[in-house]
Amino acid sequence: MADEKGSDFVYEEPFLIPSRGLFIFVCYRLGTVESDRCCTGTCSKGTGKESFGLIELKQVTKKYGKGAKTTEALSSLDLSVRKGEIFGVIGHSGAGKSTLIRCMNLLERPTSGEVWVDGVDLTKLSKQQLQSKRRGIGMIFQHFNLLSSATVYENIAFPLRLAHMDKEKLAAKVDDLLQLVGLEDHKDKYPAQLSGGQKQRVGIARALASDPQVLLCDEATSALDPQTTDSILRLLVDINQKFHLTIVLITHEMHVIQSICDRVAVIHQGGIVEQGAVTDVFLKPKHPVTREFILGQAGESAQLALDAPHDGSSRLCKLTFLGQKTYDSILSRTARETGVDFAILQGTISKIKDIPYGQLIVRLEGDPGQIEKTIQRVTAEGLDVEVLD
Amino acid sequence: MWGLDFSTLDWNEIGVASLDTLKILVSSAIFTFLLGLPLGVVLYQSSRSSSGWVRTVYTVLSIIVNILRSVPFIILIVALIPITVSIVGVSYGVLGTIPPLVIGAAPFFARLVETSLREVDRGVLEAAQSMGASTWQVIMKVLLPEARPGLFAGITITIVTLVSYTAMSGMVGGGGLGDLAIRYGYYRYQNEVMIISVLFMIILVQLLQMAGDRLVKHFTRK
Ligand SMILES: Nc1ncnc2c1ncn2[C@@H]1O[C@H](COP(=O)(O)OP(=O)(O)OP(=O)(O)O)[C@@H](O)[C@H]1O
Ligand SMILES: [Mg+2]
Repeated sequence: MADEKGSDFVYEEPFLIPSRGLFIFVCYRLGTVESDRCCTGTCSKGTGKESFGLIELKQVTKKYGKGAKTTEALSSLDLSVRKGEIFGVIGHSGAGKSTLIRCMNLLERPTSGEVWVDGVDLTKLSKQQLQSKRRGIGMIFQHFNLLSSATVYENIAFPLRLAHMDKEKLAAKVDDLLQLVGLEDHKDKYPAQLSGGQKQRVGIARALASDPQVLLCDEATSALDPQTTDSILRLLVDINQKFHLTIVLITHEMHVIQSICDRVAVIHQGGIVEQGAVTDVFLKPKHPVTREFILGQAGESAQLALDAPHDGSSRLCKLTFLGQKTYDSILSRTARETGVDFAILQGTISKIKDIPYGQLIVRLEGDPGQIEKTIQRVTAEGLDVEVLD
Repeated sequence: MWGLDFSTLDWNEIGVASLDTLKILVSSAIFTFLLGLPLGVVLYQSSRSSSGWVRTVYTVLSIIVNILRSVPFIILIVALIPITVSIVGVSYGVLGTIPPLVIGAAPFFARLVETSLREVDRGVLEAAQSMGASTWQVIMKVLLPEARPGLFAGITITIVTLVSYTAMSGMVGGGGLGDLAIRYGYYRYQNEVMIISVLFMIILVQLLQMAGDRLVKHFTRK
């Protein structure tokens, strides 16, 4: 994880900031800068790169209960969310997802560890400081959590009233937000009169009202039907791009991660078992739990493919196409040249966020040498090949 | 009819007594509300606290509230005479009735407040917290508005209870319709006065309950 951060954070020139300058300079000389430590916030201007951790959880442990009845919901968990990305956390029920995201705004205080958001360790703040910091961290919920006694308009105005915004600015702001989430016509309704999707839109507008840097989504679409889920996810991508808003979302649905996330972490029994770019994790899952989530979608037909008859003169391979290659005829071209036959046993073509990908399970038949050559060729063409037998 | 003769009724005295009842009711209701609402909020907040000493405060308050609620009201009035005198100067009449009524009803109302606050969805409170609301803001802008239907129902129940308490305080010279019913109706066998007084109280309770139900309905958004 540390090198991952380091490699993303390119230092072109040493630069000095009065109180921290020396430290940064030393870091630069040593060539081992830990981006989050010395550079969160202040340095982004200097480097022009903004891919360091906006949210950093360090060794976060959360225990519930006392004595013998203690459950450890999170154990020494490290996590880094970069500025501007949509970061997904996926895990089974009880894995600690809600606890994790609630630690990010200290709705849940970790038993130990640090929670850094935009260069500030939240666990060290006073009550008042934390309250004002929280205005920069929006949150939406699975069950929406709207004020049932207030109209749509008043729900969205709520955070602005908390901050004592003056009347005219408030009205203009709320109108903008109503428009953003497409609820202009419903502003005088009460939450009970809205559909689930509309309620979540109110939740989103309310969370955006105080111009946060981060939006935390706790199973934001889990109570919605598939169509509504998609429309809410699209809205989240829109605001991510429009406002460069960093989004952290937790879910137990791989579909959600696949549709909108840039990076993903898989949480299991209170720890992160795998993380990385969604394309990597999704197409080449390493941990059994990750595989389970991904196979959940295409598991049965993949198993059927593996059950297909084949002998010594054939090989079973999984080919992965990513990006534009998805649309190329690499496989048939190569096979024609090497004289190898292939049978497609299972296939998927889909998208990860906006990147197309294809995945085929094929049985290559023919001369073993030629099969080997085929595999080498397609690999050279940029396909990922995994030999399954 | 049944040997009753309503022509001899002293309507003037009934009018004065009705007015007294209203005065007692309105002022004791106001004080009960002012005392019971914060007490209810404190009970609610302290019961949720994770800190040890705050929970001790809750236990102590809770015991006091339970004691005040379990002492029969008629005994409470007598027991409170010294306190009543020290607050309003007298222990009888309209003024003397108010302190025991408030002290008797406020703990009752506080429990009703506590119960209706517990009904408020925790998620909404957390949402407010996540938006940076202070504890005070959460109470004033989320907890109380969200609990409004329950609070109005509680106020209605409390006021209706106060009506019956005023009748009891009539037994010890408290003034109002209850006083009238007991003095004339019970001690002097003037059944007409008793019937009219009771009738007025029934009408009063009906009106209060209807008004209360309306408010509850108006503020229910679920
Ligand atoms: N307030 C609490 N008190 C005690 N234990 C808790 C509390 N909240 C969570 N836990 C425990 O911590 C663990 C993680 O819970 P968490 O709610 O974070 O899971 P989750 O991944 O969000 O699950 P789900 O998908 O069901 O929401 C669980 O074992 C749960 O029982
Ligand atoms: Mg959860």
